Parts: sequence; C-alpha cells; structure tokens
Amino acid sequence: MSTGIVTAAYIAASVLFILSLGGLSNQESAKRAVWYGIVGMAIAVLATVFGPLVELSTILVVMIAVGAVIGIVVAQRVEMTGMPQLVAALHSFVGLAAVFIGINSDFNPPAGMIGAELIIHEVEIFLGVFIGAITFTGSIIAYGKLAGSINGKALTLPGRHLFNAAMVIACIVLGAMYMNHAGPWTLYAMAAIAFIIGIHMVMAIGGADMPVVVSMLNSYSGWAAAATGFLLGNDLLIVTGALVGSSGAILSYIMCKAMNRSFISVILGGFGGSKGPAMEIDGEMIATDADSVAAALDDADSVVIVPGYGMAVAQAQSSVSELTRRLRAKGKNVRFAIHPVAGRLPGHMNVLLAEAKVPYDIVLEMDEINEDLPDTDVVMVIGSNDIVNPAAQEDPNSPIAGMPVLEVWKAKQVFVSKRGQGTGYSGVENPLFFKENTRMFYGDAKASLDGLLQKIS
Amino acid sequence: MKIGAPKETFKGEDRVAITPQSALALQKLGYECLIEAGAGAAARFSDEDYKEAGVEVVKTAAALWKAVEVVAKVRPPSDAEVKKLRKGQTLISFFYPAQNEALLNKVKDRDANLIAMDMVPRISRAQKMDALSSMANIAGYRAVIEASNNFGRFFTGQITAAGKVPPAKVLVIGAGVAGLAAIGAAQSMGAIVRAFDVRPEVAEQIESMGAEFLFLDFKESGSGDGGYAAPSSPEFREKQLACFREQAPDVDIVITTALIPGRDAPKLWLEDMVAAMKPGSVVVDLAAERGGNCDLTVMDQKVETKNGVTVVGYTDFPSRMAAQSSTLYSTNIRHMMDDLTPEKDGQIVHNMDDDVIRGATATFDGAVTFPPPSPKIQAIAKAAPKAPEKTPEEVAAEEMAAMKKAGRSQTLTLIAGGLMMAFIGAFAPASFMQHFIVFALSCFVGFQVIWNVSHALHTPLMAVTNAISGIIILGALLQIGSSSTIVMVLAAISVLIASINIVGGFMVTRRMLAMFQKS
Repeated sequence: MSTGIVTAAYIAASVLFILSLGGLSNQESAKRAVWYGIVGMAIAVLATVFGPLVELSTILVVMIAVGAVIGIVVAQRVEMTGMPQLVAALHSFVGLAAVFIGINSDFNPPAGMIGAELIIHEVEIFLGVFIGAITFTGSIIAYGKLAGSINGKALTLPGRHLFNAAMVIACIVLGAMYMNHAGPWTLYAMAAIAFIIGIHMVMAIGGADMPVVVSMLNSYSGWAAAATGFLLGNDLLIVTGALVGSSGAILSYIMCKAMNRSFISVILGGFGGSKGPAMEIDGEMIATDADSVAAALDDADSVVIVPGYGMAVAQAQSSVSELTRRLRAKGKNVRFAIHPVAGRLPGHMNVLLAEAKVPYDIVLEMDEINEDLPDTDVVMVIGSNDIVNPAAQEDPNSPIAGMPVLEVWKAKQVFVSKRGQGTGYSGVENPLFFKENTRMFYGDAKASLDGLLQKIS
Repeated sequence: MKIGAPKETFKGEDRVAITPQSALALQKLGYECLIEAGAGAAARFSDEDYKEAGVEVVKTAAALWKAVEVVAKVRPPSDAEVKKLRKGQTLISFFYPAQNEALLNKVKDRDANLIAMDMVPRISRAQKMDALSSMANIAGYRAVIEASNNFGRFFTGQITAAGKVPPAKVLVIGAGVAGLAAIGAAQSMGAIVRAFDVRPEVAEQIESMGAEFLFLDFKESGSGDGGYAAPSSPEFREKQLACFREQAPDVDIVITTALIPGRDAPKLWLEDMVAAMKPGSVVVDLAAERGGNCDLTVMDQKVETKNGVTVVGYTDFPSRMAAQSSTLYSTNIRHMMDDLTPEKDGQIVHNMDDDVIRGATATFDGAVTFPPPSPKIQAIAKAAPKAPEKTPEEVAAEEMAAMKKAGRSQTLTLIAGGLMMAFIGAFAPASFMQHFIVFALSCFVGFQVIWNVSHALHTPLMAVTNAISGIIILGALLQIGSSSTIVMVLAAISVLIASINIVGGFMVTRRMLAMFQKS
C-alpha cells in the first residue's frame, strides 16, 4: 500500500470519526453513528498495518488480538452503574500509551532534524509525556474513587496549591534542561513528577465533582493523542486527538456551568467555603411511609421523578422503571428530570434509566422540565440532594448559591427518598426537606421503592 | 368556666352564636356550654341537637346570663341585656364600638370585658376568627341570590329552540370579601361580571375570579389601613362616577358593597344612574345599614322605582341564611376562644399583649380600650417597587451594546491568536505549521460537532471518544518494528492497551445505545 493510499484512508477515517460524533445528537442516529466510528477505526488501523511504514509481525497481531478479546470481555461484563469506572480506566490506557510512545520517540530520534525542527520535536515529546502521565495516574485515582476502593472524599493537604505549583515549576525546569540535552533522565524525572501531579490533583477532588474530572481526563487523553500525532507527524492522530480533546473540554464546561463553579475552582479541589452564615431553616422534616406515598401517587395526574447518585448506589433503577411502568399504565403522566451533574458521569442517569428500559422520550433535561414543575402533582426525589436544593436560589450565602437547580419545591407535593437525615455532597443543609409540601421517605432507595411497589398494582 | 349563647333578641335575627358542632370543640377547650331554649331553632338547630352535643339547655335568658362567665352573641346587646352583665363577665359579639359609644360606656360601667368580633384585626393569623369576612362572604352570595330572585331573566346566556337569551351583566362595586363572593356567585351562575374597586391592587383578585376589572386611569391609591379602602379625593370620585354612568345603561344588575370603616357608606350609584338603567334591572345595596351606596336605597326594604328598577336594601343577608352563617360565626367564636384559652383548661387568659385579642377588646377591667393601637403587621404587604420597564429602544440598545462588546472581545481574541500564530510561524518549520493547520481546524470542527450532542448521550459520547482516542495505537504500530528491545516492548504494551480501548470503547457504546428505547 502506498503512502498516498494510506493518507486517503486517514482522510476517510477522520470524516467517519466526525460523523460518528455528530450522530450522537439524538438517540436514533447515534445507533448508526457508532458504526461510522468502528468502520473509521478499522480503516485507519488496517491502512497503517498494511502501509509502507509498518511491518506485519506476529507480536503485532497477537497484541491486537489479545487487546480486542480483553476489550470485548470488559465491555460485556461491565454494569451500567460501573460505567464511570470503566471510562476512567480506558482514559488511563490512552495516557499510558502516550507516555510510552513519547519515551520511544526519545530513544529513536528521527534523523536529520536540526535547529527549530529539533526543538519543536523535543517540545512535542515532552508535552506528550507530560499530558499522558497526568492522564494516566489521574485516571487511575479517578477509577479508584469511582469504584470505591479509594475514599471519595476530597484530600486537602495543607499547602497543596504550593505543592502543585512547585511540581509544575520543576517540570518546566526539567523541560528546559531536556531541550539543552541534559540527557533522557530529565524526561523520566519529569514523567515521575507528572505522575504525582495526576495523583494529587484527582485526590483533592470530591465525589460529586467527579463528572468534571472524568470529562477533563477525557479531554486530556485527547490532547495527549494530539501531541503524539505532532511528534510522529501523523495527521489522523492530530485530528482525532483534537476532536476528543474538544469534546472533553465542552463536557467539562457544561458540568461546571451546571454547578455554577469555575473550572479552575473544581480542578484546584476542595469545596468553596460559605460567604456568611447560612439562612435559618424553619420547619421540620416530616417522615412518611409507603402507604401515603402510594396514596399520593394514586391521586396524582402528573408525576416527576428526580433520580440522583443515590439511585445508582442502591441499584434502584429497575424498581424505578417498574414504578414508572405501573403508573403509566394507569394513565398518569410520568416523567424524569435529569440535572446535568446528577450521578458521577455526564449523562450517567440517562444510561441507567435506559438500561432499566425507561423510554428516553420521558427523560427530560432540567431546562425542559423546570417550568412544568409548578403544575406537577407529585415529585419523587430519589437519591439526589444538592441538585434540588432551594438554597441555591434563596440563600445568597450558601456555598451552592447560583447553581442551577431543579425547582421541585414548586410542585404540589414532594417525596424525598433518602437514606437518613444527612446533607449532600456539598455539606449544605437542604431547606427542601423542611418545606411544608415535602415528606421524607427514609430508607434505602431500592428497599423503599420495592415496598412502594407492593402498594401500587 | 361556662360559656353560653342566649337567643338573639333583635327582631328578625335568626342566627345563633353557638352550634352543636362548635359546642363540641368548645368542650374540648375545657368549657361547659349552655344554650337558651330555642336559641338555635330559627337556624334549624333544635334543643335536642344541642343536648346530644352535651350542651345544657337553659329555660330562660336571665338564667343563662346568670349562669355563665362568657356570653357569646351575634348582635350587639340590647340595653336590657347590658343590664344583665356583671363584673368580670366576658361578652363576645358584634358590637361596632365606633358607632355605639353610649352602649360601650354602659358595658364599661358594668365592669364587663367586651370582645367585639367586628374589631378582629385583619391579619393572616386572625383570619380564622374574622367574623366580618365570613358574614360578608355570605352576604355577597346572598346578594346575588336576591338579585336573581328579583330579576326576570336568566343569568346565563342560552340559545334555545325558543330563541336566544343574552347573559345578564352584573356590576359589582367594591371588591372586598362580599364583593368577591358576589363576583364568584354571579360568575358561576353564568353572568358577565364586571367589578370596580378603588384599590388597584385587588384588580388581580377580581380577574382571578373571572370578572373584568373596570380600570380607572387615575394616579391615586384608595388603599387604607388594615386592607380596607380609604376615602377618595373629589377628582377621583368624579372620574369614578363618570365610569359608573357609562355602565348604568348597559348592566342589568348592580351589587354595591362599598364601605369605609367608621363612616357612612359613600354614595356611588346616584339617582340618575338608576334612572338610566333598563326596566327590570336590580340594584342590591349591601351597604344599606350605613345609609346605602345607592341614592334610592331604603333600609330593610325592597323598593321599585318609577322606571321599573328594583332596589334591594335588606340588611339581614347573613340572617337570611341562618344555618350557614351560624355555622361560620360559631366557628369564628370558637377560634377566638381557642386564642383566649392557651392552656386548653377552660380558663380565659385575656392577654392584652396579643395583637388579635388586644384589637378585638373594647372594654377591659372597667376601662374602655377602644380604639386599639393599629396592628403591628400590615394586612397586605406593599408590592415591592418595580424597576421601570425598559422600552423596546432601550432593550435594543442594550442588545446592540452587548453584541458590540462580544464582537470586540472576539476580535481581540482573533488578533491575539493571529499574532501568536505569526510568532510560531516565524520560527517553526513548515512541516509543523501544516500539522498545526490540521490541528486548529479539527478543534473547530470538534467544538461545532460536540455542541449538538444531546445531553442524554453524554455517557455514550465519552465512551465513543474513549474508543477513538485509541487511535493512538497508530503511533505504537509505527514503533513496534523497532530494533531496540525496550522500544519494542513499550510499543507492544501500547498496542495492547490501545486495542482494549478501541474494542472496549466501541462495544460498550453499542451496548449503551441499544438500551435507549422510545416508548
């Protein structure tokens, strides 16, 4: 295969990748779009393997085959609630590959490079390894936090900003030394420091900020691929890396916007303190039982369900789906309201509900449903807290002030399914629980809903 | 303590201050309840009903007055009744202390405590004992019934086989409780209802009842203390009368409810307006007791004018629905007793620091305590001053300014970006710049494409970008043939994990997308 044909194949792959991402604009075209991606990838890999620059070897075939088998097994075994972990794990692979490829390039510098060209080549290697290293360890920590093997709480070391700054400065110094040919050890030292930066950065970020972190790592993995593309002079890698990088950047932006926080404040970790005393909350939390929830649902014409991370933790999505099915069978208008940061991954709730066979056309976004909430008879909040907190609008001193929230308190009746009386991720007391039209339905979400299902035929 | 209700002595008064139902609630507060024999008969509550509710039936009024510590009545006491009051006894009734000063002094001379139900302050907490409102509600409803009784046509418009019937047009003047009740009743009977009030803030309430608010273009608010209307200026009055004069030939039924506390009713429906009305029209004047809003009103009577307009001047609308009004009034009394009995032990604690109790008390401990100081809480919160509405020109100008600002910052970014490109271009080799073009354009394409991705598909988006970022495998493929063992090993590992990424990412995306189902 000539270089010309390989380039043509790369163009085809780029177009297919763009179509693949573009197709995700709705659920039906998405099913076709994923095939564009698969075909594009197949073309790219085959063209490269049979291209003039690669020699087909046993080890190559074996590695691809083993990787494919592992990929298939993992993809089929993963639980939908485990999606965030899987995504994080896959990010770490891209990061690690970028590090290896960068180091390899350092071993085998292309001949005949001098002056600016050489410096740029070295900058590319350095950047590729740096981003790749941060992506790798950051994703591993994110995986650990999402899988629950590392404490999800934000780790806030004293002087952590100083620590980060010192490490970045050290990397820059090492970079300067590397450009001046101080030897490959500078590259390895930098990689080691970048590994620590990645670990420390994600350790400092708490559970509910995870959607931002995961999409940020998604973005980094893209930029790492793009940097690799530069150093290998491969345009397809650059195109794909740029697509993935901008995709992750936009997702991070959307998540930050949904929490009314700046990207920087999320990445620097910790959670902003309040600016003054929190508003006094009047009233008390009133508990209720399955009977009265069932009665209220029976009387209601319109029901809105607001799922959150708690639903995922309790694996309650199939019970929620069954409840939805029964209520819809009675002719009630049941809909779901999804906050952009509900769960631990962008769009996490949508996937869980889809898995439980909730039709996607009754699953609505915050902006679509907020204005309907005042006319809603019953709102069921299942395992979400901060995203339905009225303090975001009512209390300017609240740490979450200004965050867009689902205005469930405007509905006629609100039931909150919740484990206990604690606060949400932000640690902010939720005045919703004290409102006159709110009743607390305590207990594990799945157990509560199963109890409720028995009362609703 | 004992609480009792005598039979009303005022002629034609059918209401009673305690019903069997309210007696049960009073007993829960720890009171013994007494009733004069036959007191509830006119309101269809027999002595038997009372006995069943545990109420002691006392033969004569005198015996009742003597037996009880608290007397509950509807109408203000007669002179004879005042003489029966004794020191320390509490009387709860309508009293109108502003108009009945002589009677008030007599009560004071008897050293009795007087709670005037008409003086309950109009604040949210006291609504449950606001007897004026509950009576006004009934009066408003009944006024519509009386009007229809004297009106020879349907209220609702109909198209029948025998011809078309136009709907009746009803004008309600004064949208207090009675006015709003009248609007509601007339509306539900199918009439076209218009309403007027000097307080512009009630326009919303009027419209919420389905009536049309007659709007006067005049800058004066007629709101006074405690949610009541205040007297208006002569200019305003002229404008108002002109509006009514315009309505007079058009409307079939006029219900006037305009009253200002402590004053004679304002004359709003003048003789010439009545003369302008169609024959068969009806005017119901709910202010008749205070002189009437209509020039031709005769108190307690129904008169017909020369041009065939009926003017109803009854003052006993609530009494005409005695069963209903007794039920509501006795509940108001019961709530008042509730507030007077904080311990629920049947002992009155006359707390003069309580806004509601203080407001309603007209004599206490041998002294006249009327008028009360004005309540600390305003009845209706003043509307927050609205920011002046922006004119369309201002809005357009602001948009223009915002556009300009955005344009300027975009231009600046582009210039800065361009300069940076130029800087890089000056030093970097041509091959790098070619890759850089590809990179920059791909970023733009990426941003454009990703913005269109549905929020619901963000997780599949991440999975698919995961898969395609496995394209990094190309780099590893190029290096795997290296002669250096370490490069080969690292490249082989990279190929392995990148393959996991590609295959795993695409597979899991497909799995997820297949789950999204339409209903």
